[in-house]
Amino acid sequence: MPEWWTYSLTDFLLFSPRTYYRLIERHNLALWPAQLAALALGALIAGLLRRPSRERGRAIAAILAVLWAWVGWAFIMARYATINWAATYFASLFAAEALLLGWLGVARADLRFGWRRDPAGLVGGAIFVGAVALYPLLAPVLERGWTQAELFGIAPDPTVLGTLGLLLLAEGSQRPRHALLAAPLVWCLLSGATLWALASPEAWIVLAAAALVPVVSRARGRPAA
Amino acid sequence: MPSRRTVIRALAAGAAGALLRPYDALARAPHGATPLARAIPSSGEKLPVIGLGTWITFNVGDDPELRDESAAVMQAFFGAGGRVIDSSPMYGSSQQVVGYGLAKLGRKTEVFSADKVWIGSGDDGPAQIEESRSHWGIRRFDLLQVHNLLAWEEHLPRLLEMKAEGRLRYVGITTSEGRRHEEIEEILATRPIDFVQVSYNVLDRDVERRILPLAREQGIAVLVNRPFRQGALTREVERHPLPAFAGEIGAATWAQLLLKFIISHPAVTCVIPATTQPAHAAENVAAATGELPDEATRKRIVDHVERL
Repeated sequence: MPEWWTYSLTDFLLFSPRTYYRLIERHNLALWPAQLAALALGALIAGLLRRPSRERGRAIAAILAVLWAWVGWAFIMARYATINWAATYFASLFAAEALLLGWLGVARADLRFGWRRDPAGLVGGAIFVGAVALYPLLAPVLERGWTQAELFGIAPDPTVLGTLGLLLLAEGSQRPRHALLAAPLVWCLLSGATLWALASPEAWIVLAAAALVPVVSRARGRPAA
Repeated sequence: MPSRRTVIRALAAGAAGALLRPYDALARAPHGATPLARAIPSSGEKLPVIGLGTWITFNVGDDPELRDESAAVMQAFFGAGGRVIDSSPMYGSSQQVVGYGLAKLGRKTEVFSADKVWIGSGDDGPAQIEESRSHWGIRRFDLLQVHNLLAWEEHLPRLLEMKAEGRLRYVGITTSEGRRHEEIEEILATRPIDFVQVSYNVLDRDVERRILPLAREQGIAVLVNRPFRQGALTREVERHPLPAFAGEIGAATWAQLLLKFIISHPAVTCVIPATTQPAHAAENVAAATGELPDEATRKRIVDHVERL
């Protein structure tokens, strides 16, 4: 792209905030009452975290794999692609993460998830709980109403944030955890840039997660002095 | 002097219960005249100087409520006397939404359809153009432009060939926000194009130095994008009162004053502001009625806005 430095984020914006959040609203209305099932899945994962085991890790990875595939198809492909021609590429990202979760987390059972009190565990737990329980509250708090609430397992941003939190709560070898961080972090950058151009306050949350999670994850991987 | 917001409020109140016709009436009422039209130099065909852009505003996907709102914008625009609608395959679902509006309103023969080819390979251009045409639901485009000069060396000969075969009426190129102006100048000077589309507004006047004079000299029509800097300019100036001299040229709002500044340049054929509000569409077209600023008033507008 010639003269790339002359472009700003808003030059790449294709739609208005109203169009984007009505897309979320129409998605919610079409899926209701699936939101209750999504909240229940979040609660189920929280329960599974209480006693880490290979089988529970496999169950959490399976739930995440299904949610990534579902959100990639039902929201990114079926809805977001109607206003963003790049959405088909984003859907590939969601499909890749779903496959990776299926392979590393379910087939190989490389991941165990559990609440932990080390810094990575505390940050991961906070991000996961925030994504499941607090993120849906942003829409009504920001005066967009409940119908535009974004839920873990229904909308991409809280699903991705919840996954990042869980990956910080994961135990096991570094390589699968780091491999699984790539797609969520790429999404956070893409979505954060979009939300920033839309002047949505949620941009701060998504971009902060993209900045914080790699740092915490890397610090966690270092041997103690 | 009423602000743009005041005028819009009055419009909204007046429009209650009668959705669209009041916009027509308001657009024509101040001067009782049809909007100013300018000739396309290569053919002499006249176009109303205020058109309608679709970037962001018409990309509403398959949302039925927002599609109907876009159609209402188009109806207000046509009702006020507008004809030129500009879109691009780069603008998401905007082409489909324009097509929806044209079909709903039955305005397919009235519209001056301006679209673009935006793809990296010349070989893929014809398929993209055909897809765009099918989205608009029209028989052929009036104008096709190479969007942001992307692969223009490959697309331009094919567009000129389409024109020669009668499958297209006019050929053009576009840029925005001052990019690749040297290349634009070279094309204006050496290629037989009908239109060039550039960014131009009271604060971004770089095209006044070379491109607008060159287009005039070469007999090339000029479409103007970003007249309000994506709304940032109107949001900024509307914090201040409209200057008294705006009334002398019949500008009732800041938006009309900014548009009058653009269309008063003799090289400009049509400016394409985008909006989601039917009242704004009518108000924009109404800027092409009544007086236009002379050179001294143009300078006053620039000085005034730059001081804000």
